[in-house]
Amino acid sequence: MTTPLRLRAGLVSLVLLAAFLGIWHLATRSTAPVTTMSPEYAKLMGLTATQGKSAMPGPLDVGAKLWEHLKRPFYDNGPNDKGLGIQLGYSIARVGAGYLLAVLVAIPLGFLIGMSPLLSKALDPFIQVLKPISPLAWMPLALYTIKDSSVSAIFVIFICSIWPMLLNTVFGVASVRKEWINVARTLEVGTVRRAFTVILPAAAPTILTGMRISIGIAWLVIVAAEMLVGGTGIGYFVWNEWNNLSITNVIIAILLIGIVGMLLDQILARFTRMVTFPE
Amino acid sequence: MTDKFISIEGIAKRYPGAGGATTTIFENLWLSMARGEFACVIGHSGCGKTTVLNILAGLDAPSEGAVIVDGQAISGTSLDRAVIFQSHALLPWRTVLGNVAYAVSSKWRSWDRAKVRAHAQKFIDLVGLSGAEHKRPSELSGGMKQRVGIARALSITPKMMLMDEPFSALDALTRGTLQDEVRRICLETGQTAFMITHDVDEAIYLADKIFLMTNGPGAVLAEVVENPLPRDRGRTDLHRHPLYYALRNHIIDFLVTRSKTFTTERPDHDPRNAPTVQIGKPGLTIASTGEEPRQTWMPGTSPGLSA
Repeated sequence: MTTPLRLRAGLVSLVLLAAFLGIWHLATRSTAPVTTMSPEYAKLMGLTATQGKSAMPGPLDVGAKLWEHLKRPFYDNGPNDKGLGIQLGYSIARVGAGYLLAVLVAIPLGFLIGMSPLLSKALDPFIQVLKPISPLAWMPLALYTIKDSSVSAIFVIFICSIWPMLLNTVFGVASVRKEWINVARTLEVGTVRRAFTVILPAAAPTILTGMRISIGIAWLVIVAAEMLVGGTGIGYFVWNEWNNLSITNVIIAILLIGIVGMLLDQILARFTRMVTFPE
Repeated sequence: MTDKFISIEGIAKRYPGAGGATTTIFENLWLSMARGEFACVIGHSGCGKTTVLNILAGLDAPSEGAVIVDGQAISGTSLDRAVIFQSHALLPWRTVLGNVAYAVSSKWRSWDRAKVRAHAQKFIDLVGLSGAEHKRPSELSGGMKQRVGIARALSITPKMMLMDEPFSALDALTRGTLQDEVRRICLETGQTAFMITHDVDEAIYLADKIFLMTNGPGAVLAEVVENPLPRDRGRTDLHRHPLYYALRNHIIDFLVTRSKTFTTERPDHDPRNAPTVQIGKPGLTIASTGEEPRQTWMPGTSPGLSA
């Protein structure tokens, strides 16, 4: 009767997963009638026509393929056949580079804008116009000026993750409680020390929230960006497997993108908890 | 007023109002305090009490006039003038010790950690918070938070303490104990204190001098009431003193009626020399101009009266 909520929720999750996998399995079972045709023609038509097998893989196919990938995550058989670990590694490295650059620009700039009403007002129209631009719209401009597809992808990540961080930093810094600032003022604390000992800790939860939104957006955008620039990365892998008509691999990639995205979010959530203070 | 430790000289605060007009919160405000004196300011909301305190603290600047502390005109904030904020204003991400140590290390920047901690600990002990050093403000009750605020203000050994309704957010019991603490500490350390309050009894208990301000906008200092009660007064038997009700009634009458009409009734009021009222000493009452019977009141005629 008194099973903990967590346990019950876990059970429901497992039931839902089993139901989903079961329906998926039933829906992709071979049901179509097998037609007889000449072997030459059958080769052209593929398995769907000859054996009545659905082109959509079932959970068992995906599971078997996933196990294969997990056994050899880092193999490298040339440009079109690399292990999933390598592809994810490229994507994470690009997101990491673009995101870190954005942190280095957004947080100091956000501090300046947040502390200066003049800058805040002066830069506002620029930020308002630049913020809603889809990061992929920058891609042609980046490719033309940077002339390197990989660096262009990093630039796209930079430009998409800078806005939530910048706006949250500005908001966090500008809305630090007046009384905390007054405490620092009555103690004759200088501007730099005040920024680090009062404003930064007070604004940290808001800044971290912006950083968490940014990492989510960056991970969303990297897939699309890599589909465009090609070469390496999980986004390229998805598009390449689509061209290979390997729906199994596409499904595996989708699953992994979701898991990595969740892990990135969890890491930032943990940092946010570390700087949050109860009032 | 021979030893003017603090002298507020003709300050005013004006804000630009609608249509090019200016709104005057208060003007031509003159008041002075001697070293070691405890002064309370009483007046209705909007008379600019908090602004006066902020100007004294250096957090705000007057539109006119100057403030002289210890022979020097002030400009900006100073570690000589500690502020106890109404909302305690503790930094929630620091512990009790961290909050006090922040003030200590701001005053003595060359001190090492151990010295800062030892000094901060001394003041945490003084306000009776020993054992709670490593708690965060969110784990403390309202009264304990304000004790930390007091410890932080005292830890920088200021020349004066500025308090903006420090106990107004506390329950009556906690308020009483903290009033005792503040009075004890101020008497022991000879601290000069300037406090804003709405609580008449608090002013009577704590203050040597009570400044009465008229209603804003355009508020002025109406009277300086000298507290006739003995210096060793106790909070519990305060109301038994023969002059207690006279003093209390004088202040409450002022707040209820005279604060509104003062400026129109007294066109000859000289804000530079606001009259000093000495309850119970009718012969010495400067403000007594005949039409105010309460200042010629004699002890014992209206005991038990309460406002």
